[in-house]
Amino acid sequence: MTELSTLIERATALASEDEVVTTARLRKVALPAGAGVMGLITLDNGLDHTRPNTFGPRGLISLDAAIDAALADDEIVALGVTGKPFILAAGADLTTLAAAGPDGVRVIAELGHAVFRRLIDGGKPSFGFINGLALGGGLEVALHCTYRTILDTAAAVGLPEVMLGLVPGWGGSHLLPNLIGPERATTVFIENPLNNGRTLTGAQAFGLGIADAMFTGADFLERSLSWAGDVLTGTITVERTEIDRGEAWDAAVRRAEGVVAGRTGGASPAGVRAVDLLAGARAASRDEGFAAEDDALEAMSRTPELLASLYSFDLVQKRAKRPAGAPDRALARKVTKVGIVGAGLMASQMALLFVQRLKVPVVLTDLDQSRADKGVAYVHAELDKRLAAGKASPDATNRLKALVSGTVDQASAFADADFVIEAVFEELSVKRQVFAAVEKVVSPETILATNTSSLSITEMAADLDHPERLVGFHFFNPVAVMPLLEIIRGKETDEATLATAFATGKALKKTAVLVKDSPSFIVNRLLGRFMGEVARIADDGTPIEVVDRAFAGVTPMPPYLLIALVGPAIALHNGETLHAAFPERFHVSANLRAVVEAGKPGFYAPGTFEVDPAVAELMTIGTTVLDETQVRRRTLEALADETSRMLEEGVASAPEDIDLAMITGAGFCFWNGGLTMLLDREGISTAVLGRTFH
Amino acid sequence: MTRQLREVVFVDGVRTPFGKAKGQYAETRADDLVIKCIRDLLRRNPDLPPERIDEVAIAATTQIGDQGLTLGRTAGLLSGLPASVPGFAIDRMCAGAMTAVTTTAGGIAFGSYDVVIAGGVEHMGRHPMGEGVDPNPRIVAERIVDPDALVMGNTAENVHDRYPAITKERCDALAVRSQQRAAAAYEAGIIQPDLVPVATRSAQEGWGLATVDEPMRPGTTVEQLAGLKTPFRPHGRVTAGNAAGINDGATACLLADEETARELGLPVRMRMVGFAFAGVEPEVMAVGPIPATEKALAKAGLSIEDIDAFEINEAFAVQVLAFLDHFGLAEDDERVNPYGGAIAFGHPLASSGVRLMTQLARQFEARPEARYGLTSMCIGLGMGGTVIWENPHWSAHQEQGEAAIIDSAGKVA
Repeated sequence: MTELSTLIERATALASEDEVVTTARLRKVALPAGAGVMGLITLDNGLDHTRPNTFGPRGLISLDAAIDAALADDEIVALGVTGKPFILAAGADLTTLAAAGPDGVRVIAELGHAVFRRLIDGGKPSFGFINGLALGGGLEVALHCTYRTILDTAAAVGLPEVMLGLVPGWGGSHLLPNLIGPERATTVFIENPLNNGRTLTGAQAFGLGIADAMFTGADFLERSLSWAGDVLTGTITVERTEIDRGEAWDAAVRRAEGVVAGRTGGASPAGVRAVDLLAGARAASRDEGFAAEDDALEAMSRTPELLASLYSFDLVQKRAKRPAGAPDRALARKVTKVGIVGAGLMASQMALLFVQRLKVPVVLTDLDQSRADKGVAYVHAELDKRLAAGKASPDATNRLKALVSGTVDQASAFADADFVIEAVFEELSVKRQVFAAVEKVVSPETILATNTSSLSITEMAADLDHPERLVGFHFFNPVAVMPLLEIIRGKETDEATLATAFATGKALKKTAVLVKDSPSFIVNRLLGRFMGEVARIADDGTPIEVVDRAFAGVTPMPPYLLIALVGPAIALHNGETLHAAFPERFHVSANLRAVVEAGKPGFYAPGTFEVDPAVAELMTIGTTVLDETQVRRRTLEALADETSRMLEEGVASAPEDIDLAMITGAGFCFWNGGLTMLLDREGISTAVLGRTFH
Repeated sequence: MTRQLREVVFVDGVRTPFGKAKGQYAETRADDLVIKCIRDLLRRNPDLPPERIDEVAIAATTQIGDQGLTLGRTAGLLSGLPASVPGFAIDRMCAGAMTAVTTTAGGIAFGSYDVVIAGGVEHMGRHPMGEGVDPNPRIVAERIVDPDALVMGNTAENVHDRYPAITKERCDALAVRSQQRAAAAYEAGIIQPDLVPVATRSAQEGWGLATVDEPMRPGTTVEQLAGLKTPFRPHGRVTAGNAAGINDGATACLLADEETARELGLPVRMRMVGFAFAGVEPEVMAVGPIPATEKALAKAGLSIEDIDAFEINEAFAVQVLAFLDHFGLAEDDERVNPYGGAIAFGHPLASSGVRLMTQLARQFEARPEARYGLTSMCIGLGMGGTVIWENPHWSAHQEQGEAAIIDSAGKVA
């Protein structure tokens, strides 16, 4: 372990002028009940709650100075740490961390440890008052305190580092399992981060034993200080549950391993390393545990996954909120009623989303009333499920149910609709007929949207009186779950229409990405090239089981499992559509066609990962057998080629939009940075294109 | 239907430590101050089920910003009271909290409420008196009120004109006495039990905790006061030293129908005898307590000789002296503001009425020989208000064996 003074020197050298410094302000507070004076440290970066406190080198040095002063003051009997209103701290300053390099990360890791642990070793009892958001280092600073209180409504409490390709490296990996037990700690610092970065509320954190007392927002700090006084005077004795360090610890580690395997296929180094730290925390001394965290953090900083994760984090946190190329929001028209052409499953899912998010009338139309009624019934049933689960009140459920209706009479249903979207059969002529009919009954300004996954928006609009109000609005299945919404601008689509589409996407809480009108847009085009390449390899002779094992840590599921999930017919259709557009690159598999024609649900025997013998009989395969590495390489090379072409064609404005779409629409891995970061770091971009994407 | 009036009792009262404007509460919201008081009342009285509270009446003079939005209702919701507990905002300038008490007391006596919370808040640092007002031009055009009377310090100078016997020296002496008595009361631990600590936000210093009244100046001497400026008139008499300051603070109390208090096991610290408000010329608003007290005594069938404990709001020393001179009381009478007054503690306008009551309750507890007491205050725009209270600890009362038997802690036995 390096001396604190040396660490401070090194950290000062790392510190950037741009660091938004979270200053630690020490103030002496006379505790109630004659408990003496507390040195209360407030963490405050001087900005409002939308810009949380973070710890960079200068912030840590400021905290060190405040702890110094509090420990040196003989009048002070105990230390307290809390934050500016609603925020304790959101953890390490990621900008500094990303720029620090592995040696710098080591310095920041050791400095954080050295500063925080003075709350344990300083010789005075310490209290962490978790007054709001406490993530990563924000929670870790509190974990170092002798005692903790927490705000019941604290918005986000957790250790999300693993999601970012890091591990909790300022004591979290060691202290948390030793405080609340390995099983609960697994949930907090391994399972939740890998579950889209889920965090805890204050009440949940208290339930897990992270804090010793919980108070409400009306007088959180007053009650916390009073409680601290009572603890110091012995009026209150803090009792914590004994931790089982035997078989239960092994069981927790096994569960953690299972979670990491299940969520990442072992492909995220951070997940694996976090499990190691959990296992080690059982017997490690504090010094050993913290040293293991330093090593792990440094090791993570040497992995490309860290930078890729930080890149993904930036995409979903920032780029997703301000879509590139979206027109001025002020141009958007108000959407006060939505019409949906079709009442099938896709249409019904859209109706559910529109009514829940926009809370405006939504009308489903179909060719006969019974189909329309079925769509409405689906929406009502889904709303009732939420009611039964206690997720919605009876009044709110009544409100939404009353807003959804179904009819065959488009003329009256759509006359006052501002936004009409179709979800009918994927066939250009059918969609043209639909919009020609709709245009007769709606106002000239009504937005017409199509949920097409592949067809040309420009061609679809060609015969319309007002082609400028047609826009592509492509959801991903299941609509309620997948965040991505591809918004496609046709040749004639005007700014107001596009702005309304983006505003509506935002209101639907979707991640909208602007796409140029082109065959199958971003996600389906890349998936089509991917599946085509995979199928070509399998058709040529590599066993399907081998092919399916090649993509662990790239795609959320193996390709042939995906075919079973979406249905072979849809997979084939996507491939054929793209083949028609780009016959030289997109392979249509005769074997896939055979499976579709035979009406099989997939290649595997149901419930297994072995090819159904009946399917095997249908297949014609070659003799070229590749291994997993070759399969992976060849497929990724094809993707590098396709991505490059798409960027040249202007399908997406930047690699960032491709990655954002692949992460949110196809489930490509966060810690790879979606697609292009992976292609760059594995040298595939350079090999195929002679350059990198970034 | 026959209707029976019910007894109204003062169960408990608390307040925040008072602050100097731009002082310890500079970055603390006004509504938060009164919320801390409501929360503390509930904690101090765990036998009171919150859903039994029938009304929350909270006063503020300037009902905008963080003192707006129907304070009694929002403060109730933000304090965690059940949604079923209603609330409202009330304004009678300096007597806001006093009026919250008398208004809800009327409701209790009438049978509409069993238990209420009444209080007030004024964050004068954020809301200086007169903020955003738009006086009717007829006030000037038709000489309805001398525009000078909208500035309270001027009206205090006017009271000096009316009562030449009240000199600046007497006022300064009263101010020094107020500071000394307040300091002694603090020393004796009489004030602190009714203070609610408030966490104070400061972007520059970090969080702190307010536990004492910031305006107090315990070592003040008459010599120091003699040298202060008279901002309202050249060579005038009213100074920052013999008047209450510009302050931030909040108060709240629990009132109940006496039988309900008995049922719930709540303490009875005072019993309301009666109250009155009276108007005077706005130019001499500080004489308001005199007619208000005469009216209240008359309605209660009492005379000033029956009153053994006084809490008079020291908005201005001259106002207290006018009252004492009128009723023939000595200016250093031990029964008048024995624990100090607003000159020492501060006067966050609409909150002060309940501070007077909380201190009178402490007087009653300490002096069971005192049967009746009163709380009185002057009110901007020419008014006074007085509430007369009976001491449940009054020993002679017990000897007579009347209904209420009170133990030493003030709990109804």
